[in-house]
Amino acid sequence: MPAFNAASVQLNRAAPAEGAGAPLIECERVNLHYGPAHALKDISLTIGERHVTAFIGPSGCGKSTFLRCFNRMNDLIDSVRIAGMIKIGGQDIYGHDVDVIELRKRVGMVFQKSNPFPKSIYENIAYGLRLHGMKARTELDAAIERSLRGAALWDEVKDRLHGSALGLSGGQQQRLCIARAIAIRPEIILMDEPASALDPIATAKIEELILELKREFTIVIVTHNMQQAARISDYTAFFYLGELVEFDRTAKIFTNPSKKQTEDYVTGRFG
Amino acid sequence: MGIHRGHRARPAEWLAEKFIFLVSLTAILMVFLIFIFVAREALPILFGQMNSAAARPAIPAKEMDRLKPEELREYLGLTAAEFKQLDKEALQALMEVREEEAKEAPKNPDAQVNTTQWRYLLGPHQWADSRPEERYVWQPVGRIHKYNLIPLIIGSLKTTLVALLFSVPLALAAAIYVSQLASPSWKEWLKPAIELLSGVPSVVLGFFALIVMATFLQGTFGYESRLNAFVAGIALGLAVIPVVFSIAEDALTSVPRSYTQAALALGASKWQAAWQVVLPAAAPGVFAAVVLGFGRAIGETMIVLMASGNATIVSWSLFDSTRSITATIAAELAEAVFGGHHYRMLFLIGAMLFVVTFLTNLAGDLIMHRLKDRLEGRAK
Amino acid sequence: MTAAPPKAPRLDFRSRGFDFASFAFTGVTGLATVFILAILAVILVNVVWHGWGTFSWRFLTTGMTTAAGGAKDMFNAGEAGVLPMIIGTALRVLVMTIVVVPVGVITAVYLTEYAQSTAWSTRIIRGAVSNLAGVPSIVFGLFGLGFFISFFGRGLDGGALEPHWGKPAILWASLTLAVMTLPLVIVATEESLRAITPGLREASLALGATKLETILKIVLPEALPGILTGGILAVGRAGGEVAPILFTGAAYYMRDLPHSLTDQFMDLGYHVFILSTQSPDIEKTRPILFATVLALLLLTLSLNLVAVLVRARVRRKMRAAH
Repeated sequence: MPAFNAASVQLNRAAPAEGAGAPLIECERVNLHYGPAHALKDISLTIGERHVTAFIGPSGCGKSTFLRCFNRMNDLIDSVRIAGMIKIGGQDIYGHDVDVIELRKRVGMVFQKSNPFPKSIYENIAYGLRLHGMKARTELDAAIERSLRGAALWDEVKDRLHGSALGLSGGQQQRLCIARAIAIRPEIILMDEPASALDPIATAKIEELILELKREFTIVIVTHNMQQAARISDYTAFFYLGELVEFDRTAKIFTNPSKKQTEDYVTGRFG
Repeated sequence: MGIHRGHRARPAEWLAEKFIFLVSLTAILMVFLIFIFVAREALPILFGQMNSAAARPAIPAKEMDRLKPEELREYLGLTAAEFKQLDKEALQALMEVREEEAKEAPKNPDAQVNTTQWRYLLGPHQWADSRPEERYVWQPVGRIHKYNLIPLIIGSLKTTLVALLFSVPLALAAAIYVSQLASPSWKEWLKPAIELLSGVPSVVLGFFALIVMATFLQGTFGYESRLNAFVAGIALGLAVIPVVFSIAEDALTSVPRSYTQAALALGASKWQAAWQVVLPAAAPGVFAAVVLGFGRAIGETMIVLMASGNATIVSWSLFDSTRSITATIAAELAEAVFGGHHYRMLFLIGAMLFVVTFLTNLAGDLIMHRLKDRLEGRAK
Repeated sequence: MTAAPPKAPRLDFRSRGFDFASFAFTGVTGLATVFILAILAVILVNVVWHGWGTFSWRFLTTGMTTAAGGAKDMFNAGEAGVLPMIIGTALRVLVMTIVVVPVGVITAVYLTEYAQSTAWSTRIIRGAVSNLAGVPSIVFGLFGLGFFISFFGRGLDGGALEPHWGKPAILWASLTLAVMTLPLVIVATEESLRAITPGLREASLALGATKLETILKIVLPEALPGILTGGILAVGRAGGEVAPILFTGAAYYMRDLPHSLTDQFMDLGYHVFILSTQSPDIEKTRPILFATVLALLLLTLSLNLVAVLVRARVRRKMRAAH
């Protein structure tokens, strides 16, 4: 298979984190139906700890749907049926004794359109912390500062923590949502096209942030922006029409993919 | 090119638009008219022109012919129908009776009192024929006309209080359940089912309170008066529930789903998301719902007329028979002499009621907008 | 890759025990919902139970006047009939609808199609509508008396001693109710106007139609279900209201049916009030009282139900379109 020009793609050169890569999310033959429509077909892959894994593919290929399986947000839709096995940390997350609330505390999510609560910046982050039982004011203050620093937002908002979160710009709101998610220190952060609604500068900031965050968190990111996937992810999964076409190290997917379909997509021949 | 001919090109359009605008002003016009014409009948009292004292200067019978028919009718305190039926001799006789009364009346100090003055309307007054603790008396009928607003105001407030205490928690809890916690298929018919309660007319609720509930409640709680503020308040609450429920449920449902999703993704349970995120976000609408519920409760007539007992006593007990402003108007207007002080007094309390609900509505609107602005980050 | 430490203690998704708070919260709110529905059910069952016996064809189609012209004992279950009340209620509601629907629809059309939402006049109109909705029903009664009868009606009479217009009548009661239900019609119509896809209007205008033509030919026909809802709600609400008609036209007893707009009328709701509070022997009156209430409830509840169903249809359409 002719390798295409590696120079045209900027690859993720960041070194993998210490001790990264142990299997964390293991999926075996996952099938999902929306009513009669077969949205996910026989998906099997393993996501490594403290890697950034990107899901790419054209619109409607099922990548967001698959992402939402990991924190069982698909449960909110009536007509959804899931078959197959998804294990996180060795536990089947669809098992009988699993409390979905506990699951969501360990597997956080950042949405495509930022959705801060109509409360102050401080309260937005305190909300999740209080859910976890943190009450003392000093503890909260420290945790909030830490998460805002972790989201590279602290310097911009430290003087107006009690102002409304809705007064922030789009990019700042999204970073606030990231801060809110990491404040409760989940193991895994799921990101559903987090920068698609943002301008290039805000996007760059978020990408930088993700490279920082991967030192502590396992990140799975859905993106329709291939260059973004190439820039920030360690592993990439390419989806097409509900099927997992190829899953491999990012460098390989973008320079020497095994399947022709993958190559056609990443070189822009379709999608 | 003829594109910029403006309204001259299509006069029918332009006319139609102006016509439509004028018709829309009807709403504003009506609010004004209501206020003006209700207040109009009450103005003479406000300007101190009415005198309810039983002892008034009498016009000697011989001077009867000097009065115009309308003046004579008013002086004698007759309705139009009565006036028509009496011939000249009968009218003369009435005037002589009046003269006699005038001669007797001055001996009674109470008879000189004009209770349409504000001092008596709001303040206590010791009547000769009342017990010492009954210093606020509303008793328009009789030779001495006693007007005092305090029993009515307290009555209205008592029943409204019971109604709100009963209905607001119930309606809000149901709104939270239907809007946030129930599954979508249940929600489809739960909401209309509860709103069906608003299809029960208030006269039916009053009937139900009077005929069925009063006996049941008295049996359960064992108080003395069968009809009182408590019974009327509960029935009133039933009328208020659909109002508060409807608006609160709408407000809760309009909160963007993204907030709920964000909360759930952080690991909140459904009720935590509902209580801690959705409810505060819907605060303006919920507040408006309660304000409207209050307005409905204080302005309701038939229920309190039928179920509150209608005794014009001043008492803080919820289990005593009580009289509200609305029931007073409904019960007494038919017997009030047209244009007389009783008539105007009833219009006065009606106008007061209107002002109270108008201001409540206004304040509610303003606070709701303020809350909304604060929520959306516009206010400081 | 170095071996990872066992994850089990960190990632444990099992339940931390019974979630009492969730149970309690859902329980309490669910109970409140059930309680409300239960009370409604109690009222309905009670009325049907006690009123069904007297509820008969004869009851609905005879009046209060015997064939010989004398008055029947309205408190006697065997004799009484509610036909004049049904007719009285229907008449006043009909006249009200003829007045309130056009005015309400036109106002709603102005507010959605022509008005700028930030203009002063728009805000005042909306404020007036919202205030009108909050006026107590007895104040409407006073208004009807003070304006329509005393001012307008007397004015039409021109000072004659025997009032023809200036007395309680169907006409004035209907107009009073029209003012009272105006906000209902406006809100329901506005809702349905907003539910129409904007694309429809654009398509019409792009073809060269004027705004008025678009409204008359495209928008209003589409909004018909909502307008219908508003009308039905108004009718349902006005049919049951008694306070506004106490002084504007309702009569305790009338020998004949009203034959002109200036006549008074008998009324279902008012009759319930009279039977409840002025019966000489409440035990004897009970059956007929319950039957009258049943008749009134059938009227208002069925209207309400129809309005709710139509409105639900409209809302579903709006969700699908947007």
